Amino acid sequence: MRLSTSLRELIGKRDFYAGGLMLLLGLGIALKGSTYRAGTLMHMGPGFLPTALGILLVLLGIAIAAASLAPDGADEHGGNQSLLPEHPQWWAWFCILMSPVAFIFFGRYFGMLPGTFACVFIAALGDKTATWKGTIILASVVTVFGVALFSYFLQVPMPILTFRGEL
Amino acid sequence: MIESALTGLWYGFGVAFEPHNLVFCFIGVLVGNMVGVLPGMGPLATISILLPLTFGMKPVGAILMLGGVMYGAQYGGAICSILLNLPCHPPHAVTCLDGFPMTKQGRGGVALGLTVFASFVGASWGITEMIFLSPLLVKAALQFGPAEVCSLMLLGLLAGSTLARGSPIKGVAMTVVGLFLGSVGTDLETGSERYTFGMTELDDGIELIALALGLFGIAEFMNSVNQVAPINTKYTNVSIKDMRPTKADMKRAFFPMWRGTIVGSLCALIPGTGPTIASFVAYATEKKISKHPEKFGTGLIEGVVCPEASTHSSVQGDFIPTMSLGIPGDAVMALLLGALMIQGIVPGPQLISQHPDIFWGLVASFWIGNIMLVLLNVPLIGIWVKMLAIPYRFLYPSAMFFVCIGVYAANNDFFQVGEVAVIGLFGYILLRLGFHPAPILLGFVLGPRFEENFRRAMLISRGDILVFVERPISAVFVALCAILIGSQIYFRLRGAKADLESAAENAMGSEVSTELATQRVQTTPAE
Repeated sequence: MRLSTSLRELIGKRDFYAGGLMLLLGLGIALKGSTYRAGTLMHMGPGFLPTALGILLVLLGIAIAAASLAPDGADEHGGNQSLLPEHPQWWAWFCILMSPVAFIFFGRYFGMLPGTFACVFIAALGDKTATWKGTIILASVVTVFGVALFSYFLQVPMPILTFRGEL
Repeated sequence: MIESALTGLWYGFGVAFEPHNLVFCFIGVLVGNMVGVLPGMGPLATISILLPLTFGMKPVGAILMLGGVMYGAQYGGAICSILLNLPCHPPHAVTCLDGFPMTKQGRGGVALGLTVFASFVGASWGITEMIFLSPLLVKAALQFGPAEVCSLMLLGLLAGSTLARGSPIKGVAMTVVGLFLGSVGTDLETGSERYTFGMTELDDGIELIALALGLFGIAEFMNSVNQVAPINTKYTNVSIKDMRPTKADMKRAFFPMWRGTIVGSLCALIPGTGPTIASFVAYATEKKISKHPEKFGTGLIEGVVCPEASTHSSVQGDFIPTMSLGIPGDAVMALLLGALMIQGIVPGPQLISQHPDIFWGLVASFWIGNIMLVLLNVPLIGIWVKMLAIPYRFLYPSAMFFVCIGVYAANNDFFQVGEVAVIGLFGYILLRLGFHPAPILLGFVLGPRFEENFRRAMLISRGDILVFVERPISAVFVALCAILIGSQIYFRLRGAKADLESAAENAMGSEVSTELATQRVQTTPAE
């Protein structure tokens, strides 16, 4: 009755998910931790502390979720309970996360120069005012300075240009 | 006692004045100052980006430079707050309240000039405190056994997570996540692998730099991309001439400055209350004792110098528990401690006696660095102001490159670059769910040492968990932990906001929260 209507409201609460995530994380940690040897209090095994932390996290998760269900629900986010920001930036998020991936791929197979360029180029595409020209210029400038600083000056052991086709 | 401290300080100046250390200190404060001015880049991200560069350096130079970044950023942040009304870094949020109105009245230069001066006073006090308090703390801490160390760490972790920003229970959850992440990898005592899921790259544990750059770099970029409003540079024409305060200004600023300094140094002594809380409390106190509290927010010089002096005094004071006990008070300190550990230096009470060059060199470099900052800020203010105009769309892609190459350079391994991306995504999800990820770093850095000491304490006590309350010093720490938790629950049940920061916020009314809300002006959607 009343529960079902309020349940729908509650599901929209961000703290509910926050608690849920902690609960799941804790559960995972505790379950995996219990496969390691726990030992005794005097001679603790590798599994003891992580399992204890996992259980603690489960309890904290329940507490966080429960606090969000409380009727007066202390609302610290100023009423903004939505999980996504007002204007979700899927494309930009994708670009930012792809930037290290591009760095790994181009860096491993082609060297630091292409890796740096790809990394900056892809990240810069995420901005919605980005133009092709501006992005290329930015990526080139960072590449020149970056390679000079890290390869020549700091001697990071990564070939500047290479080709490792078979790897 | 005082004599030995002064001898130590003399020795420290010898270390800090070595040419290469002087250069590293200068680079540190310069970069820190620069980055502090840039909106959208915090000291945490900067220190983690610079961390890989310090691997080839000697530990002293590395810590001088990274420390310099930290307090240098505090000087820069004030510029941003006063001239642009942008609280880029949380400790400077209150400075906006009176700083920006002063700028609008054309007195921004005076505000900046006095801020630099107040910062120097605050910092000097903090350093003095460090010189004389650290040896005392060390003397006490050397008596600690594993049980005491363990309960002290527990107190530090609890204070760091409950007194910081946001909901205390979420903070504790983040600390637990951090402790867990610290346990990933090979267990030091038994040699068995934990949570590596068969990935041999994880045997050495999660890389500190990957964690820091993921949480405070990538997650922050995802949070701010396309959300940062173009900056209003209308009021940013400030010349050196404008910065000279009048005698009347100096007179009005003098006592607030000292009051701020004292508040800051007191806040530094309570673990977990960093510069942010110090500045809020200082502003609230200043307003309370003022003869005309209604004028605050209209551009009073008192409202600028007091929180700034407090911030700086607290920043320097935060080094006390970090360097003398090995217990960091906040995430920045945890990162600096992590940097020392990467260099192979074991933090803890033995640090001052085993590595006097690091401790006293750092203390001496604080003074040198702060003087450099005063000298830098006055003539370079014009350049800093120009840097404010660098748009975010140039900033974050360049920073992404530094993130990738920095993480790679840590081990020359691409696996860590993947790690940083995964941690970044996880960090952003946490941010969206209303968590503040800073305590993760605290837990991560302290985790392995906590586990080690816990095991040792249990071994010595033959598995008797009561050892923590039976030993008197440890019992005091445990009691403090209990009081901390108890008071949080008490305030929660009474419906009062528990954390100090929001208490200060309440004291000042809603001004700050509205200021903070306007910090990120939502840009219009793409269509």
